[in-house]
Amino acid sequence: MIDYRIDRGSGVPAYVQIVEQTERALRMGTLQVGDKLPTAKEVVAATAINPNTVLRAYRDMEQAGLVELRRGLGTFVTRSLARPGVEDDSPLRGEIADWVTRARAAGLERADVLALVTAALDAYDSKHDSTTPGDRERKKEDA
Amino acid sequence: MTGPDASVALCARGLGFQYRRRGGRALQDCEFTVPGGRITALVGRNGAGKSTLLHLAGGLLRPGSGQLRVLGAVPGTSEARARVALLTQDKPLYPRFTVADTLLMGEKLNSSWDRTTAERIVREGDIPFHARIGELSPGRRTRVALALALGKRPELLLLDEPLADLDPVARGEIMAGLMAEAAERGINIVLSSHVLPELEEICDWVLVLQDGRIKLSEDVEDLRQSHAVLIGAADQAGTLAGQHTVVQSRTSGRQLTALIRRHGPLRGDWHVERPRLEDVLIGYLQPGEPGHPAPAERTKAAA
Repeated sequence: MIDYRIDRGSGVPAYVQIVEQTERALRMGTLQVGDKLPTAKEVVAATAINPNTVLRAYRDMEQAGLVELRRGLGTFVTRSLARPGVEDDSPLRGEIADWVTRARAAGLERADVLALVTAALDAYDSKHDSTTPGDRERKKEDA
Repeated sequence: MTGPDASVALCARGLGFQYRRRGGRALQDCEFTVPGGRITALVGRNGAGKSTLLHLAGGLLRPGSGQLRVLGAVPGTSEARARVALLTQDKPLYPRFTVADTLLMGEKLNSSWDRTTAERIVREGDIPFHARIGELSPGRRTRVALALALGKRPELLLLDEPLADLDPVARGEIMAGLMAEAAERGINIVLSSHVLPELEEICDWVLVLQDGRIKLSEDVEDLRQSHAVLIGAADQAGTLAGQHTVVQSRTSGRQLTALIRRHGPLRGDWHVERPRLEDVLIGYLQPGEPGHPAPAERTKAAA
């Protein structure tokens, strides 16, 4: 099960926060295929947000193929976002850890590092026009 | 929760009301339609007419002119009374009654009564059933009043400043409980408040009242999408006029900050931010129209 936390002051709409938190849990493996998401009533009873917001987030995730709404039963995870490359001992993770060490040694601050990574991602995406389902929501919001 | 064809929760046509003693019009020429299945924020400054509108919808007052319908019915008729519950600011409960007596009264006075829900709401607040209403804290009294209102199983729940005298923890609990009811039953809720941050992510429709007139009646998401906060050099203010509606603008030095309703693409060099609901509402609540100069010197009248 997942507990959603809604930050009302962030300017990020609550349905986007729910989608992002679900995706994060899927990436980290704390949510797995077959797991049930909390009902709209459970989410709003814990977060005091509008129930329509939860339903909208669930619908969006269903359209993205992450979850499935089974009538009378609830909403279930149908796809994992955990990727082989992000495990603790993966080569990609090791490489970026080394790179971060070099960046820090060169005097870069956290914001500089994040900006470099974002810029590299943006450059790659604009060249290859590739976005993953996880990027979709935020892109739409930025537009 | 409900489709576009769902029944209309509230509908006013040319609605007006005047208190005999106070003089002045409390409400004037109000025209709006709140679709069904919504959680509506009724927003306005003190004296804007929020309570008057809720009292009219609850059937405690009669319109002076025009008409108002709740779920298609005339407020105050038996049809409307069975389907609408109003919780007023004074939360009229008998102080000498116990909590149990109060719920029993609800059961006797209403043709349909959901004892399970009413008792659950009381129990969730850890309120002893044998306690007298007069001895309860304001937060607990609100909870009992809410239990009484929800025990009716209303289709439309009208709440006048329901959170006003509650501490932050109780506010969160009451609101979460209300949202859970809305999730389960799909009830329409209209709540007035001037604590704007609390409405964020709760309400999906807003009614803004100013000086007895309806200034906005709109879907919250549409409202946020259509408005933008612009920050930029003050000398480009001219690029906004004519095309966009400038709701509010403030100049400090060379910098201009403006809340606009966008109509088409933006010209000029602006940093654009997506407003929170609170930003939009404050923009509309602040006096800034021509002829009503704003109190703050630097706040320019909307063009």
